[in-house]
Amino acid sequence: MPDLQDFNAIHDHVRGKACGGCCTRLVNFGVTINGNTILHDINLHVHCGELTVIMGPNGAGKTTLFKAMLGEIPHTGRLSFVHLDGATAFTKPRVGYVPQQVRIDPSTTASVLDLFAAVLSRRPLWLGRSRHVRENALTMLREVGLDNVLNQQVSQLSGGQLQRVLLALALQPLPDLLLLDEPMAGMDAAGIDLFYRTVSRLRQQYDLSILIVSHDIESIARVADRIIFLRHTVICDGAPEEVLTHPEVRKLTSHPSLHICKLKSPEGPPHESA
Amino acid sequence: MNPLEWLPLSWFDFGFMRHALLAILLAAPLFGLLGSLIINSEMVFFSDAMGHAALTGIAIGALLGLGNPLPAMILFAILLAGVITLLHRYSTARLDTLIGLIMAFTVALGVVLLSRGGGFARYARYLIGDVLTITPMELIQLAALLAITLALWFFFFNRLFFIQLNRSLAISRGIRIWEMETLFTMVVAVVVTVSVQWVGLLVINSLLILPAAAARNLARHTTSYVFLTILISMTAGVAGLVSSFYWDTATGATIVLYAMGFYVLSVLLRRR
Repeated sequence: MPDLQDFNAIHDHVRGKACGGCCTRLVNFGVTINGNTILHDINLHVHCGELTVIMGPNGAGKTTLFKAMLGEIPHTGRLSFVHLDGATAFTKPRVGYVPQQVRIDPSTTASVLDLFAAVLSRRPLWLGRSRHVRENALTMLREVGLDNVLNQQVSQLSGGQLQRVLLALALQPLPDLLLLDEPMAGMDAAGIDLFYRTVSRLRQQYDLSILIVSHDIESIARVADRIIFLRHTVICDGAPEEVLTHPEVRKLTSHPSLHICKLKSPEGPPHESA
Repeated sequence: MNPLEWLPLSWFDFGFMRHALLAILLAAPLFGLLGSLIINSEMVFFSDAMGHAALTGIAIGALLGLGNPLPAMILFAILLAGVITLLHRYSTARLDTLIGLIMAFTVALGVVLLSRGGGFARYARYLIGDVLTITPMELIQLAALLAITLALWFFFFNRLFFIQLNRSLAISRGIRIWEMETLFTMVVAVVVTVSVQWVGLLVINSLLILPAAAARNLARHTTSYVFLTILISMTAGVAGLVSSFYWDTATGATIVLYAMGFYVLSVLLRRR
């Protein structure tokens, strides 16, 4: 199990820089539900402007990690955000979230504009939607290339459109950290490509930290700065070309078994175990 | 010669009909605001259970020797809503199962308590209700209930709407879902309980649900959804009231038939 110091060393090795400027930190982060330890001893620094992909077998705790970071389930350890202006400013990060495969009631009357109005406006929806919210929503929808769906009903959007609308929603107000839980599940290749390009551009434009849970290795390699392999704790962590060309990861990703990719150590080549 | 003589307006000459009309004009927006969110939250069965639980509330009021059982009914409904919320939060049982169990229990308990000594017939009016007996004092109660609900819905509608759309998403926006859902169930519990004496526990849920269900088929966004719900609720209410006067039928049930008519119409008009 790496302790925090080891982790920093590894991290600096991988990224070539320390956690300076703004970043999100998880320190000794863990989740235990009904006596089952789902996550333990997670120590991560996620830098602003960095796109990190979280991979791992089913049941590894990827979605749990996100839910704990959102405050939906309790966690141990610390989650904090360090602002650009100084290392002392630890606060809870403002988190934007796009959940996994959102199930929307097909009979819902919610329009895309309603989604934005419900979270951005004090005016209750039954008293109408303000022009201010409409403009705000349009601006964000343009960011994801979907300004033509403003007045459509949410239930009529395709899966890919809905994910992009939710992405636009998660950017308003602008978060410190953006969590995307398998946002591309169920999308076709063109949709995935568009989604990744959008996310990649947003990250540069707004200097966002982005964490994506994904199994889609081919697309990941093109946009990710870093891949974290998770199985109840951080198993390995590095640049995509390093992690993806790793023989154990290749084996795991071609047939997802219970193999573990052993932690990269900065001193020498990684050692493996089954 | 009155040029409007051909219009069916004679009902308006009666004080009780004017009171009932006022009651319907107050209850329609109240039920519309609640009903639209009840359907969103898949709590249709919950509001039905609250109506049926009124029987036990009445029985408790009678046991305590209260002249007016309403305070006992409201307290019992709030307690029950709290129990259902807690069970939903901490138990793994399905919500519809929990509500079904509690509904069966409260109806049975209420009937057992009220039928002791063969006196159930006295309470039969709660089954179908009677809006024609509403007093000016009760109209003020209803207006106060509407005002409180409007105020709460002004501040909390958006959050409730968003929770009902997706809970995880709502949590990520910092919405305190348990507090909001508790508030929602409490408001539904109180409104249903207070209204049951005028509408009747057998049909009250239809009045909450049908207008919203019809509006849902037609609305393109949430503003028009709530607006249409209230409009349908009001139209069915007035039509049902006037018809029940001429047909000499129970008002609540007559209103429900009109609301059902609107629902069927909405299905036919529904955009493909």
